[in-house]
Amino acid sequence: MARAVSVQRRTFTTVAAWAIGFLIFFPILWMVLTSFKTELDAFSTPPKFLFFDWTLENFGIVQERSNYLKFAGNSIILSLGSTLLGLLLAVPAAWAMAFAPGKRTKDLLMWMLSTKMMPPVGALIPIYLIFQHLGLLDSRVGLIIVLSLLNLPIIVWMLFTYFKEIPGEILEASRMDGATLWREIVYVLTPMAVPGIASTLLLNFILAWNEAFWTLNLTTTEAAPLTAFIASYSSPEGLFWAKLSAASTMAVAPILILGWFCQRQLVRGLTFGAVK
Amino acid sequence: MATRQTRTLAKVAVGPSVLVLFIWMIVPLGLTLYFSVLNYNLLEPGNESYIGFLNYQYFLTDPAFFSALANTLKLVGGVLVITVVGGTLLALLLDQPIFGRGFVRLMVIAPFFVMPTVSALIWKNLLMHPVSGLFAWLAKAVGLQPIDWFTEAPLTAICLIVAWQWLPFATLILLTALQSLDQEQKEAAEMDGTPAIPFFFYIVLPHIARAVTVVILIETIFLLNVFAEIRVTTGGGDATTNIPFMVYAQALLQFDIGGASAGGIVAVILANIVAFFLVRMIGRNLEA
Repeated sequence: MARAVSVQRRTFTTVAAWAIGFLIFFPILWMVLTSFKTELDAFSTPPKFLFFDWTLENFGIVQERSNYLKFAGNSIILSLGSTLLGLLLAVPAAWAMAFAPGKRTKDLLMWMLSTKMMPPVGALIPIYLIFQHLGLLDSRVGLIIVLSLLNLPIIVWMLFTYFKEIPGEILEASRMDGATLWREIVYVLTPMAVPGIASTLLLNFILAWNEAFWTLNLTTTEAAPLTAFIASYSSPEGLFWAKLSAASTMAVAPILILGWFCQRQLVRGLTFGAVK
Repeated sequence: MATRQTRTLAKVAVGPSVLVLFIWMIVPLGLTLYFSVLNYNLLEPGNESYIGFLNYQYFLTDPAFFSALANTLKLVGGVLVITVVGGTLLALLLDQPIFGRGFVRLMVIAPFFVMPTVSALIWKNLLMHPVSGLFAWLAKAVGLQPIDWFTEAPLTAICLIVAWQWLPFATLILLTALQSLDQEQKEAAEMDGTPAIPFFFYIVLPHIARAVTVVILIETIFLLNVFAEIRVTTGGGDATTNIPFMVYAQALLQFDIGGASAGGIVAVILANIVAFFLVRMIGRNLEA
């Protein structure tokens, strides 16, 4: 009897969860479907869900007209560059905070977090003018610096919570066995730190990819990433839904797939370790 | 255990991060403060002069400021209500036994990875378009008058778009918190035949209260700074301009550096009020 109830309940919760999950996912699915339609089908009422002439032409047209690959290349360079630069600064810092904490380590971590809370509009004007002065407007170097500083607190925090979980006893044991600092780092610390560093890299790559305040305000054409590429479709004359969808699908797909891979680390990264 | 040598090494290791973050914080903030007391317009170069708090006076007495402040608060409040209530309900549902939970989780988390400019444009056109949008078709199918979202209720429309982006975040964090609820406690309540609603309010809610607070605070920080969604959908206007957009428009569209800087400082102060509470929350957790 109890078993029958639980099967019933399980069926109900399953149906409800799938229905709601599908609804939440639907706008993305609709965007992908529309990207395979002709412009005529994209506008049709009643809307065509699956039975339309599937076509790939939109993707070609988007690339041809607005040079998708250049923007995508910028997105990759900016996201990867800023994340690597951030890691370069953050790995030693997080290592030191986790393994040789001082009296002020906690204050330092909190202070880093607080820099993240500064609204970008509070810094926009000076950064814009300084960049204008230095010729860094619309340059990849300038944006890489801004994006890495923007995400540095998150990178330090994530790494810190991962490093914290590496048991210090293992390091002591290796030291007792006579391992040098170098061997300790290469053979003991690194293998245990790599998973944490990898998920930090992934999450920050995603955050940088989707960052849309600085990328919209500091670029025009040369260094503009996909956020700006899509924004250019907001003008009224650009209302070609199938092409807009194709462009959007191409801008979102890579990061969505990456995101699905690192969703487990998302919670920790975005709550600064407050929820695990 | 930490020797003097490792202490020194630690300082060297932390140094660069602290230094660059310090510069990143103090230089722009200092300059913004400085510009905010100047009469400084990019269209009149060489005419900068000290005018005291006049920029603040103009900014804070501008009727546009009050509507921007109201829009900011409505946007933050609306999105918070939708995502926290919706996220709690959704997390409770996903915590139940479900076939293929992993796949449902992937569908629910997806909107979080969509860049703001894409979600805004897809919603504005494909879904909310008053004639050919999917919502208009649905409304007509059930005999209702389709809503012209961006004419009749632009702020609500933006609220919905932003809430869609942040619902996954709230759900995921609350689900993580729910899953750490003691299994034995659940079973005990089930054995006692505790009805679902008291069980939620007396056992579940206190357990996830901290996660809810974290969600609210972190979302608030990001929601105070919503920008791209407004820029690509309405491009401003009285009904949807929030404080970040107002500062942006004043600086980069009207070239009024002094006035925009005063606005920037106001935004910093607003964010700091929220940040104060968040830092305390997370700091307390760090000791635990």
